Amino acid sequence: MIKRRLQIQTIAFGFLKAAGLLNGVALMIIVYFMLSRGWSAISWEFLTQPPKDSMTAGGILPCIMGTISLCLMTILVSLPIGVASAIYLNEYASQGRIVRIIRLGINNLAGVPSIVFGLFGLAFFCIVLKMGVSIAAGGLTLGIMTLPVIIGASEEALKAVPDTYREASLAMGATKWQTIRKVVLPAAFPGIITGSILGLSRAAGETAPIMYTGAVFFTPELPGSILDEVMALPYHIYVLATAGTNIETTRHLQYGTALVLIVLVFGMNLAAIILRSKMRKKLRI
Amino acid sequence: MKRQHIDKTVQSGFLLVALFSITVLLLIMVFLFIEGLPILDHISVKEFIFGKYWYPTDDPADFGIFALILGSVCVTLLSGLMAIPLGIMTAVYLAEIASPRVAEIVKPIVELMASMPSVVIGFFGMAVVAPFIQELFDIPVGLNMFNASLMLAFMAIPTICSISEDAVFSVPTALKEASFALGATHFETIVKVVIPASLSGICTAVILGLSRAIGETMVVLMAAGGAAMIPGSIFDPVRPLPASIAAEMAEAPFRSEHYHALFAIGIVLFVFTFIFNLIADYISHKFRQVGEASL
Amino acid sequence: MDSNIKMHTQALDFFYGAFQALYNISIDFIENQVTALIGPSGCGKSTYLRCLNRMNDLIPGILVKGQTMLDSQDIYNPSVDVVSLRRRVGMVFQKPNPFPKTIFENIAYGLRVNGIKDKAKITQIVEKSLKQAAIWDEVKDRLNESALGLSGGQQQRLCIARALAVDPEVLLMDEPASALDPIATQKIEELISTLSSKLTIIIVTHNMQQAARVSDRTAFFYMGKLIEVNDTDILFTKPELKQTEDYITGRFG
Repeated sequence: MIKRRLQIQTIAFGFLKAAGLLNGVALMIIVYFMLSRGWSAISWEFLTQPPKDSMTAGGILPCIMGTISLCLMTILVSLPIGVASAIYLNEYASQGRIVRIIRLGINNLAGVPSIVFGLFGLAFFCIVLKMGVSIAAGGLTLGIMTLPVIIGASEEALKAVPDTYREASLAMGATKWQTIRKVVLPAAFPGIITGSILGLSRAAGETAPIMYTGAVFFTPELPGSILDEVMALPYHIYVLATAGTNIETTRHLQYGTALVLIVLVFGMNLAAIILRSKMRKKLRI
Repeated sequence: MKRQHIDKTVQSGFLLVALFSITVLLLIMVFLFIEGLPILDHISVKEFIFGKYWYPTDDPADFGIFALILGSVCVTLLSGLMAIPLGIMTAVYLAEIASPRVAEIVKPIVELMASMPSVVIGFFGMAVVAPFIQELFDIPVGLNMFNASLMLAFMAIPTICSISEDAVFSVPTALKEASFALGATHFETIVKVVIPASLSGICTAVILGLSRAIGETMVVLMAAGGAAMIPGSIFDPVRPLPASIAAEMAEAPFRSEHYHALFAIGIVLFVFTFIFNLIADYISHKFRQVGEASL
Repeated sequence: MDSNIKMHTQALDFFYGAFQALYNISIDFIENQVTALIGPSGCGKSTYLRCLNRMNDLIPGILVKGQTMLDSQDIYNPSVDVVSLRRRVGMVFQKPNPFPKTIFENIAYGLRVNGIKDKAKITQIVEKSLKQAAIWDEVKDRLNESALGLSGGQQQRLCIARALAVDPEVLLMDEPASALDPIATQKIEELISTLSSKLTIIIVTHNMQQAARVSDRTAFFYMGKLIEVNDTDILFTKPELKQTEDYITGRFG
């Protein structure tokens, strides 16, 4: 009887383990195809030249620069607002109606589909605020989309700061704001940075929100002002793979661009993951 | 007294900034309605939601999105069929069975899955999976409901897995020990104690995962085939709601009927995900895990 | 009122929501004396201590009744500024809690937040405070190293120096030696005796020998009530109440 029950357990655990492994296998398959088929496209020229011959040759420099500019704009919007929101929620607010409303807003903002952010950005930033298709409009759209991630990460980082720090500071006659600025924020800083990198990596890979707000099909110019329209890596992949005139002949460029995007996004994630595990080890001591 | 006054001002400042998120959410709703509701001058709500034909550029145009809604629902359910069991099983494996060393490797893998740009997954579905399943199942096109669902499942798994894992992990040890002490095996304890105790968290995870799948754009835009018709089998191409918006916005003249119709689709999509989130919020608050009392 | 009384509470009641944690506590704290608060855990002695610099204000849903006077001012009067109050009534916590900053910055912190900008003055006060807390010789060569690298006992003396830097009139100590080894504890106790010539000290401790060694007066708490308060040598030798005698002789419970 016991033996049978243990046999069931062994089989069941086998299934659970297989499920866990399957995720890794799926991830590896995708990465493998992007690597094996995109590797040949990667060259110095690919990374440093604009596209040529109706985007059937040349490089992706404007896309890389465009994605970087959009990311900078995004972080400029979401980091200050996100950190300030988290400070209010974690340091000042007591449980009450206002906090519930704020949290409702954040939770639902996190669930809004990316294409709806795109629609909103188009209607509000591009048209009403007259920004047109630009880094500003695209970055603002990505910024509000990233906001919940930054708020969540910052709150977690603030929560990890021991209360004894706050008490010690207050007991010395520091005001709350002095305590937050000089003790709490410095201690929470690494956690906030980790969260911001994660949020930013998500923004870097998004396509739908920038399709009609920041990114364009083709522009040979590198971004000069925040009211410029740009090319972006994710949108470039989409364009080459669906709307290009030579979908089959530019396959290697598509894989190559995808590979660059993956490296960029995974690089940011790995940096954040490593930073976080280092911090956790430090806290344990 | 001066710095104490600064303190009050600073607090009010932070409150104002904290209200930004809810303000943006309201703004999003307002703009969706401003740009979407005018479509109702041309067509009734019933015709819009239940109309079977989506020919936005014909003259006269048809703006029935029933096939699109059905496309979204089918793709989401099919992806849920794959992602829910896999996500929960992975979560249980990570929280209960895997050694800390293995967990430390698998968890970042799940996080990397979550961070994979959707356009890359859509591209993968288009360039690698489509020809593969076309041959495997001997079907005319590889861009279809099955392909999109498979790709969406990949995107939903990390959400389902990480939230479920938190829920499973926070089941009190005392509860598990009580079960072990009665002679239950580890697996029996998982099935009869751990999973029931973390059910509310798992439900929240599933709803948020599905919510992410129904709102996802690039994957369904690239891999679902894009035919605005009511699907007859899982190998039929479909055109889910987000794909329609993304594909047609470029060609819809500003403030035309078509433009308003696409924003109205945005409203439908927003309402879908909003309801999903409210349910998730309700479950996680109503059935909050309170130690041993949650069984 | 006796002019020697630095601080006192009159009929102080304390509530966490519906739960009353302190009942009708009246104690006088005499200037430049050490008063020990003793009693079994959960008796309310720490809660009481945190009423004296309004540290409990940080907890939502609390209510304080009665009078709590510092000199001739009720500290719970709405006109009182809690920030300046806490500068006058300093606090040392149970576990050493230095900031993750350098040793120098830990001490300088309180000066800077209280508006002192003059560098020479800051340096001078840092040195003075570290000397007062009897830790100067151990740290004078490593002022720019992280305070987290100090031993537990050194950290606690650093925290005392940090509290002294802003020149408080009253120092509250919440079991300051409970996390330390006997040698470090002895150093803290010696320090308390020295400091009491300039400061009014109120110390919570669960260690009766410690109370007997360092304090001039002792107050015994039980179940949120003040049972007895008297000069330490009297309370420990001839307590008026049997409950007190049972506790200090270890026949409790």
